[in-house]
Amino acid sequence: MEIYGYQRKPLHSDAVSTLPLYRSAPLLEVRLEDFERFAIDRLRVLKGISDGLSRGKKPEEIENLAIDLWKANMRHPDASEVVNKDIIAHFVLRLVYCRTEDLRKWFLSMETALFRYRLRHESAEAQRALMAEFDLPYKAVSTSEFESMKDKLGQVARSIGQPLTPADTKFYTVPFEEVPELVAGRRVFLHKGHAYVAMNQVVSLVATQFRSHLSKALILTNRKWTSSIREQEKDRLTPIVEALCTSYLGPDYSEPREFAEISIRDIDQIAMSSFPLCMRHLFEKLREDHHLKHGGRMQLGLFLKGVGLKLDDALAFWKAEFSQKVGAERFDKEYAYSIRHNYGREGKRTDYTPFSCQKIISSAPGVGDHHGCPYRHFSEENLRAALGKMRVNSRAIEDVMDKVRNRHYQLACTLTFEAVHGTSCDAGINHPNQYFSESQKVVQLKVDPVVV
Amino acid sequence: MTREEIGNGSEDMVIDECEPEGRERNAVPDEFNPNYLKVYYGKLFPHADIFKWMSYGNDGKHPACDQSYFGRREFSYTLDNDIYLRFQSFNSASELENSIKEKCPFKIDIGPVYSVDPAKRHAYAQTGDNVFTPVERELVFDIDITDYDDVRYCCSGADVCLDCWPLMTVAIKVIDTSLRDDFGFNHILWVFSGRRGVHCWVCDGKARRLTNEQRASIAEYFRVYKGNENNLKKVSFTGLALHPFLARSYTEVLKEFFESKLLSSQKLFSTEERYEKILEMIPDESITSELRGKWQENKRSSISKEDTNVVRWQQLKHILQSGRLKAQGLRKCVEEIVFSFTYPRLDMEVSKHMNHLLKAPFCVHPKTGRVCVPIDPNCCEEFDPTAVPTLSKLLEEMNMGALRADVGNEWDRTSLGKSVRFFRSSFLQPLLKSCKEEIENSYNAKLQHSKNSMSW
Ligand SMILES: [Zn+2]
Repeated sequence: MEIYGYQRKPLHSDAVSTLPLYRSAPLLEVRLEDFERFAIDRLRVLKGISDGLSRGKKPEEIENLAIDLWKANMRHPDASEVVNKDIIAHFVLRLVYCRTEDLRKWFLSMETALFRYRLRHESAEAQRALMAEFDLPYKAVSTSEFESMKDKLGQVARSIGQPLTPADTKFYTVPFEEVPELVAGRRVFLHKGHAYVAMNQVVSLVATQFRSHLSKALILTNRKWTSSIREQEKDRLTPIVEALCTSYLGPDYSEPREFAEISIRDIDQIAMSSFPLCMRHLFEKLREDHHLKHGGRMQLGLFLKGVGLKLDDALAFWKAEFSQKVGAERFDKEYAYSIRHNYGREGKRTDYTPFSCQKIISSAPGVGDHHGCPYRHFSEENLRAALGKMRVNSRAIEDVMDKVRNRHYQLACTLTFEAVHGTSCDAGINHPNQYFSESQKVVQLKVDPVVV
Repeated sequence: MTREEIGNGSEDMVIDECEPEGRERNAVPDEFNPNYLKVYYGKLFPHADIFKWMSYGNDGKHPACDQSYFGRREFSYTLDNDIYLRFQSFNSASELENSIKEKCPFKIDIGPVYSVDPAKRHAYAQTGDNVFTPVERELVFDIDITDYDDVRYCCSGADVCLDCWPLMTVAIKVIDTSLRDDFGFNHILWVFSGRRGVHCWVCDGKARRLTNEQRASIAEYFRVYKGNENNLKKVSFTGLALHPFLARSYTEVLKEFFESKLLSSQKLFSTEERYEKILEMIPDESITSELRGKWQENKRSSISKEDTNVVRWQQLKHILQSGRLKAQGLRKCVEEIVFSFTYPRLDMEVSKHMNHLLKAPFCVHPKTGRVCVPIDPNCCEEFDPTAVPTLSKLLEEMNMGALRADVGNEWDRTSLGKSVRFFRSSFLQPLLKSCKEEIENSYNAKLQHSKNSMSW
């Protein structure tokens, strides 16, 4: 990458493996839009893994999820560019995630997990090539040593239900500290502090190495970032880098799509069935008080726009409520403008996009405000009551509260979705409009069962 | 100033003004008593050895010594009335010794070495870089006889006798062998916990620097027993063979112990209730009813001179291992039963985390008055928990000794002498020797490294 090459080395010359070790930053010209786009694509994969892990999915499930996400997001129309995209995306995210301890920790875990899953899917030959490339301090067990240890190694193999075949003669010794998982499961033979690791267990070993290498590299990148890159790139890359780690990755829902057009007639019923709690709450408060403060009007108004409420309908909807409180005249004078504004018909005439969860969670509702994220901003008591009203059963409520306590607000919302709809939501909730469209898919499926 | 009087040490200072019944010459009542403890810390407790140990060679003059090392170690005290003082730290041998003598703790626990002086942890709490976190800690194990209550019939709870103590001996043998042969550790200290179990301190440099994850992996490696109240089968082997570590433990220690000792000493098959517990571990109705039939009948007409327990075990083994059984799974039952009754049961949590505290060796157990003396793993079967010196016995010996010539160390005149000498010669000296080598090596490596980087 022309931005910060450390070392002159041809990019990925290894023909066997498609899994790079990211040893050095690539010397490539990268277009600015690719810089960001590739990074976002990779981020979707990492966030998917992170989400799966914090939802307590089983290792196999996460592995499949990771591989699927990888296939879906890290493609490139030009096959020869796939590896470059992989490498560029990784190095951009290193910049993004080198900047604080928390970011580094997250990135390190997710990249290591991803590496591990991808490595497991490589052929034995590719795995071996990677070992060599890593220049691991581990020693191959010589044939004569193997013969003398054969009984013990065979015994371990049988004890874990995977008897050695005549082909399984390749073993490595490594300090036992390097392979804690294998030690914990008594899946290796130990002798004087050395673990005898079978070739097929190599993944664990290489992943540990990958992790420690990346961990050190992130510290170095951080130094470079603070000492030079941030300043040098302050007009070009720095803003992108700084925005990336908090960026919302889904579609922006500024144009209603799949379930376009809802009418005022149906809105109460739809609110009941498909609004996330934050919007349901605003909606109910509006019906109750015939008024919402600015933050609430923005959050609900843009959401309704994303849901497919047309401008004219929106004006009628808001007016019907507000006029009961402030009178029709005052509504036209003071409030109609901002609604048209939201639809891009006033002011700068830009379409405003509905708020993502990230934005709603980080808002700071004050006294009399009803916007914000209920999982974050409600008291425990109020949240429990609200969930009860949505008919979330008491066990699911405990699960939700658990996520809330751990500040996983979006996961809390996801669990609510799952409890209300009785179906899983693997993607996780990260946008109220996404909640809505996922919900509509379920609801419509129930209305018109698919006939095969 | 009672403390100084004690410190001055004339022969009648033991009896002092404290205990009226102590007035009788040399006789010290057989119980724990804070005043005796003061004398113990004043005269017998090996402060300097504990300091030497916990310094790991860093108290030397070598330029690579880390002078802050000992000062970053957490000690904690349990005082009279259960007052608990955590995060005590000391900068020298004399600070440690003075503090112990002054506070006279009922119990001293040793924690990890932290990144910064634990006494000053609050000063660092806010700053980002110098976070207060454990950086070194011995790998420790805690084995407690109370965890064996379902397999011993002689005692329960905190009680222990010579019939059940051998379970601890077996645990020491199994774990010690594995720590040395499998994990390659050399500096291992086993200590009587003062009442009902043993502690193990693995002190090699690489053991002290293990991460929590690595500690957990070792603890898991040792874990076989997955017992809970709802699962009768507490040991279950699923593979086609035993892992070499388990196989070795079985053939070298457990099998022999079970068959020649535990069977008879705990009378494992002597009553219906007891043998039913074993039959429950056999998942084959026809076998269990056959054995049950034999034993119920046999109860009335027992003419054999042989021990019933041994006879019944042989019958059980014979039927499970006989050729007519196709199911391989049943052969494993024999091993599973032996493991259930004899395999070490570790307190996993103590081993898994760097910041777990563990009682210091040479403390005195406040309930039994017994000193937490080291145990030699090479002859651990000779260790008798009921013969471990008590505080009152030691004071008595001191009083006796004081009447004789005043030679050598105080403890040489008591039965503690043997333990201190063993601690030094078998543990501390070899440990400090290898610490010095390690310090030397790391220094040379650093020199080499800086030379290289300069030329580069
Ligand atoms: Zn007993």
